[in-house]
Amino acid sequence: MKPLRKFLDRIKPNFEPGGRLSALHSVFDGFETFLYTPHSTSARQGAVHVHDSVDSKRTMIIVVLALMPCLIMGMYNTGYQHWLACGEAIPGIWPLLWYGLLAVLPRIVVTYVVGLGIEFIVAQVRREEIQEGFLVTGILIPLICPIETPLWMIAVATAFSVIFVKEVFGGTGYNIFNVALVARAVLFFGYPAQMSGDKAFVATGKMFGFGPVAPDGFTCATPLGQIATSGGEGGLHLTGIDGSAISAWDAFIGLIPGSFGETSVLCILIGAAILLLAGIGEWRIMISGVAGALVMGWIANSCATPLYPASYLSPLDQLLFGGFAFAIVFMATDPVTAARTNTGKWIYGALIGVMAVLIRTYNNGYPEGAMLAVLLGNALAPLIDWCVVRANTRRRMARLNTSKN
Amino acid sequence: MKIKLNKGLDLRIAGATTDTKPVRTVTPGLAAVMPDDFTGLMPKAAVHEGDEVAVGDALLFDKAHPEIKVVSPVAGHVKAVVRGERRKIMRVIVEADGSDRAKKFDTKAPVLDLLENSGFFAMIRRRPYDTVPVPDVRPRDIFVTAFDTAPLATPLTDRLGDNATRELETAVKALATLTDGKVYISHDPTWALGDITGAVMVEVEGPHPAGNVGIQIANIAPVNKGETVWTLDVVTLVKIGRLLLTGTVDPTVYVAVTGPEVSTPAVLRTVEGAPLSDLLDGMLHKTDKHLRVISGNVLTGTADDPESGFLHFPWRQITVIDEGDDVDEFMGWASVSPDKMSAHRSLPLHWLRRAFSPDARLLGGRRAMIISGEYDKVLPMDVMAEYLLKAINSRNIDDMEALGIYEVAPEDLALCEYVDTSKLPVQQMVRDGLDYLRKELE
Repeated sequence: MKPLRKFLDRIKPNFEPGGRLSALHSVFDGFETFLYTPHSTSARQGAVHVHDSVDSKRTMIIVVLALMPCLIMGMYNTGYQHWLACGEAIPGIWPLLWYGLLAVLPRIVVTYVVGLGIEFIVAQVRREEIQEGFLVTGILIPLICPIETPLWMIAVATAFSVIFVKEVFGGTGYNIFNVALVARAVLFFGYPAQMSGDKAFVATGKMFGFGPVAPDGFTCATPLGQIATSGGEGGLHLTGIDGSAISAWDAFIGLIPGSFGETSVLCILIGAAILLLAGIGEWRIMISGVAGALVMGWIANSCATPLYPASYLSPLDQLLFGGFAFAIVFMATDPVTAARTNTGKWIYGALIGVMAVLIRTYNNGYPEGAMLAVLLGNALAPLIDWCVVRANTRRRMARLNTSKN
Repeated sequence: MKIKLNKGLDLRIAGATTDTKPVRTVTPGLAAVMPDDFTGLMPKAAVHEGDEVAVGDALLFDKAHPEIKVVSPVAGHVKAVVRGERRKIMRVIVEADGSDRAKKFDTKAPVLDLLENSGFFAMIRRRPYDTVPVPDVRPRDIFVTAFDTAPLATPLTDRLGDNATRELETAVKALATLTDGKVYISHDPTWALGDITGAVMVEVEGPHPAGNVGIQIANIAPVNKGETVWTLDVVTLVKIGRLLLTGTVDPTVYVAVTGPEVSTPAVLRTVEGAPLSDLLDGMLHKTDKHLRVISGNVLTGTADDPESGFLHFPWRQITVIDEGDDVDEFMGWASVSPDKMSAHRSLPLHWLRRAFSPDARLLGGRRAMIISGEYDKVLPMDVMAEYLLKAINSRNIDDMEALGIYEVAPEDLALCEYVDTSKLPVQQMVRDGLDYLRKELE
């Protein structure tokens, strides 16, 4: 790797202040620190002299790694649903994956180009290092959007979210809401016709000239969408694209219509295992979130009524269908926007679990409540933490008062 | 009283010395005192270049409280009073003449006067602020730590001397007159001296930072707003006892020379403020690496130049590590090498190594706080470090007080700084916060 290091050293002066390309200093620094561990050393006094080998880059990349099973399954499922929609025989794994890759790649490219572009510019203006937070956000956004979301909408939503949710607050580490989820919310509320209902979740056309074409006017809703529009009388009949019934097992494996990366609970569990084994994911939030959803699902199910058809879902089905599993593993655990105290994490997770099921069950206007539940959790996290911290400060005050007497 | 602490972290660093018997005695030609080591002291020179001094003669005194003195560790004449920017005294260097002339103190004098004149008062620290105490404030209690859990530290109790019990009892008796409360001695389970008359003995067990006196206070009797406690370690306590019994200051110090870049880690017998070059003579690997020579441990020590630097107070340890500023590491963030030291599970192979040879790099870029809960795992006290640091950063005095700024010293949060993925300068932040508070409130 010596030649690369020499090359970087040779071009480095151009990017220093006063150099020809000094306007790209942050970009160069971003690439240099990505390729080589920075040389900066600890202060000589009043500081530790050795540091842990884990840094922010490593943490973020592990989250991206944990998302890979979901991405690959999303590619496969996109192809699978497409072939089903076209009414043709499933051609085997590789054409499905290839079709899914062609479908998702433009979305990933667009989010990264727009989001990282804004990050690079802001970092340069602020004369800061480029931060890694968007590495994760940029892969999350395509995973939580329906596959038929137009590219320009993704670009607009990403730009809005990165600028108004992250950069205006000061960048990675200062945002109040989860950046990827706000992008999803912008799409959801800004373009409801394209983002929900029965047209967005299955790819219908060719991808770069590859694959069959679905019949004109083809529609298929996600299971939760079907529930929300069904009358609920006489139980639930969830059907896939080809009209066959959808079982809990299908939902677990992920071969159902839905947003790109969030259908497969199996792959989400693999991702959760990676996060937990690496010590990055917050197990308190995951456990209390699942528990909250099960409790609320059980309450809803035990007083099931045709008025709210989703109340017929068993508590376990509540976990398997829709984006709940993805939201609780990858969205709710975002350390910046989640509760930061250990006690707060239990409350925060449970709140999200309860709210997700509550919204999806008792508000027929929103077939899926996970996104809104996490955003609500984000909004309340500082309050939850405040209460937990207050318990600590009260303890200290009480001690002071007893020592005075 | 017994306390068991679970939180904390013992860093496994190469270059430990198992034999705590000194391998040789280093009698230095020079010795220095550095006023920066006595945090909170505003140094004024008590001597001029060329003055004759004996062991125990004052070299420096405090501007605000001239009775607080820092004394000479060797007999000889003052070689230089080195000044830095704005004529601030950086160090006073004394050239030893080889004699053991020592100032004789009047042991019948009031204890406080004796401690101030003999330089021991300047070696005591206070909570809050972790600075040299103010003599006119009576402490609520006095806390003594009798063990050191820092990386590569050698036991404090190994070289206390044959007369330790009597000296400790004398010192405790004297210190007890300075407080209306108690004198606590915290020791680990290996303590062999039994109960010291007059002191409250507390057995503390746990990983680092259990040996930090601040952690012990927090788990015994935390400091409240408006209260002051004094802190010192058992070696200083023994020397105070020796002063009370003999009337002279004992400048002897046993220094453990440790660390991955030391060829034969060992304990040396020398005097306080000895030149690093004398101590390191023949102890280092032949290498062309840039080295960092630290007085103290890798978490809170002070780095100094190995050619011109001296042993800093209060350290009895030198750690030598690789500076690392010339290391080109390709995509280091992706490495799963078992050589990388980490407290995080995302480096899955680190349990393969018994000891690591870390260098001084930050190993990453400085970020805002991102990961939560990291600090809590290594801070065994009822303080929410993240929120305290945020209060410090916003200079919010009410919040700092409510979150326990009076209980902490930078060294207590050193492990927080070590594990931090965002590479924040935690100890410096705490120091800045304490200095700010002291300026606003005193």
